[in-house]
Amino acid sequence: MADPADTRDAALLFPIELTGRGFYVTVGLLSLLILWGAIAYWTQFDEGLGVTGLHQPVSWGFYVTNFVFFIGISHAGTLISAILRLSKAEWRRPITRMAEVITVMVLFIGAGQILIDLGRPDRMMNIIRYGRYQSPLLWDATSISAYLTASIVYLYIPMIPDIAILRDRVGKRKLLYTVLALGWQGTEHQQKVLNRAIAIMAVLVIPIAVSVHSVVSFVFSMTLQPMWRSTIFGPYFVVGAIFSGIAALIVAMLVFRKAYGLHGYLKPIHFRYLGQLLLVMSLLWFYFTFAEYLTAYYGNEPEEMHVFWAKFSGPFWPFFWGMVLTNFVIPVLCLVRLGRRTIGKVLIASLSVTVGMWLERFIIVVPTLSNPRLPFGEGIYFPTWVEWGELAGSFALFALFFVLFTKLFPVISIWEIREGREVGLKEVEERLLTYLPDTAEPRLAEPERGW
Amino acid sequence: MALWGMVIDLDRCTGCQACVMACKAENNVPAVGAKEARRGRIISWMQVLTEEEEEHGGEVKRFLPRPCLQCDNPPCTKVCPVYATYRNPEGIVAQIYARCIGCRFCMAACPYNAKYFNWYRYQKEAPGQNPDVSVRSKGVVEKCTFCHHRLQKARERALAERRELAPGEYVTACAEACPARAIVFGDLSDPGSEVFRLARSPRAFRLQEELGTRPKVIYLTEGEGRG
Repeated sequence: MADPADTRDAALLFPIELTGRGFYVTVGLLSLLILWGAIAYWTQFDEGLGVTGLHQPVSWGFYVTNFVFFIGISHAGTLISAILRLSKAEWRRPITRMAEVITVMVLFIGAGQILIDLGRPDRMMNIIRYGRYQSPLLWDATSISAYLTASIVYLYIPMIPDIAILRDRVGKRKLLYTVLALGWQGTEHQQKVLNRAIAIMAVLVIPIAVSVHSVVSFVFSMTLQPMWRSTIFGPYFVVGAIFSGIAALIVAMLVFRKAYGLHGYLKPIHFRYLGQLLLVMSLLWFYFTFAEYLTAYYGNEPEEMHVFWAKFSGPFWPFFWGMVLTNFVIPVLCLVRLGRRTIGKVLIASLSVTVGMWLERFIIVVPTLSNPRLPFGEGIYFPTWVEWGELAGSFALFALFFVLFTKLFPVISIWEIREGREVGLKEVEERLLTYLPDTAEPRLAEPERGW
Repeated sequence: MALWGMVIDLDRCTGCQACVMACKAENNVPAVGAKEARRGRIISWMQVLTEEEEEHGGEVKRFLPRPCLQCDNPPCTKVCPVYATYRNPEGIVAQIYARCIGCRFCMAACPYNAKYFNWYRYQKEAPGQNPDVSVRSKGVVEKCTFCHHRLQKARERALAERRELAPGEYVTACAEACPARAIVFGDLSDPGSEVFRLARSPRAFRLQEELGTRPKVIYLTEGEGRG
């Protein structure tokens, strides 16, 4: 399968073989943002969390918001890719790799947010030494590390044939590719084992992924606090996570399509399908949000209503209505008709959802804390430059990881594209025939009748 | 085994804040300074909450001294990932400063906002501090412990004198300091104690009772003839 003479997909190897000025400019810019984040963290580590805008009672702010947001983005990936693989969606081929990369990279960033948030990061090993399983934070630690492990495996296994292509075709980094290719020769037996492993992992990661964002939501819903204690938080968070994940995936696809000239691989049809998926998730997200807020409003408990009005018309109204605008109004308007200018519309919708889902996480975390039950007075939260620095640095670090990955490995799975051409076409035709009513037999029988 | 508890008679409370100051001195609670105070970072294990009377706005204020309520079913201990906060057998909700990782989950979970965070290193060990109470480092959560060190001290004294701990020998600093004698401290499991009797008063209520946290700080409502 890894025929070295096959140069049709050379475009996918260009970013690895050649490095242009754009790459250095990008890395330079990202490094500046990361530097800001690093200075911010050093300041915080040195002086204490006092350099942030956090206080009593808003003791969680940007970091916890970022944690929920980034872990949510990770659902792009592995989950979408697994579902598309299992449902044998042929259009998945140029998408799965990018989705899987997002998951792995963003999980590091997301888990890192909790470490940034700790008052005593030097004692973080206490979680292992004295871990208490009654705490939802331990559930998070377990679930996220399982997801990270599974996602790395699930990213790596389908990369093996591509690494073998790199080993055979690219002059650079021979040792790295040889080791990572695990002696892949593309024999029939190897291919069979590989496909089986991918299938097993695809099934395995789905429940793990669902568990991840459920337990993230449990951090909030297991407490007694108003507007946090909600039974739908698990599924609500999972839906939001898949929603933001698809948006992030589309943005990443468009960026690399432009940067590496992948127009031949990532066609408007791919964005149309993903756009439709995004539309469905947007509607589903709205349904959950509506159900959540209507229940709180109708019940009319004083403590819940404090938080409710703080979001609706109180100090948090720009965030709340901004969230409704960016998560529902804009995406639905953009995506409801995707006939023309598909790519532009899908891009606007995805960027909008990325912002909107961050706002959604913020609007869940902060208003509840800022409206305590007892008469303390409201706490208004203003992040400082430290928190903005961490936010910028986190996004930049994620982007940098991604860019570096594309310099080492193909960002679109080469062997799967080839498989699509060589095997997929025929397979789909055969499969399609099995879907249709069995008209073949009577037709075969007809000539007999003629005799 | 004893079950330590407190009764606060709101009819007697004048809002003088003596309990607050006594607590700060007793427990080495740091003064955070005006700038930090404006940013909402005052640490005050005992805090007198004030609320304007709805009927006579601007004229009558109501006071509610709030220490840690030492719940029997504490929402904060359940969520701690490292066992840094727990309910001890005598009902006191303790905090292990040397183990706390500063995730502030307990602060987010406490419905009474009775937990406080050291946003900076607010103080160093210095003369004049109470040597029985450790000074907290930056980045950890701290809270009212019912002056637990006083219990340890009283118990050791009793042990040295080969006798049982006498009722009234262990009292918190706030109860001791209250000039109106609004705060009564003692063993809720001892039928002879004053807290036992007061906790069963028809005026007795607990804060946010409906949450099921079962606080061991019990309030007595203001009577009819106040003002």
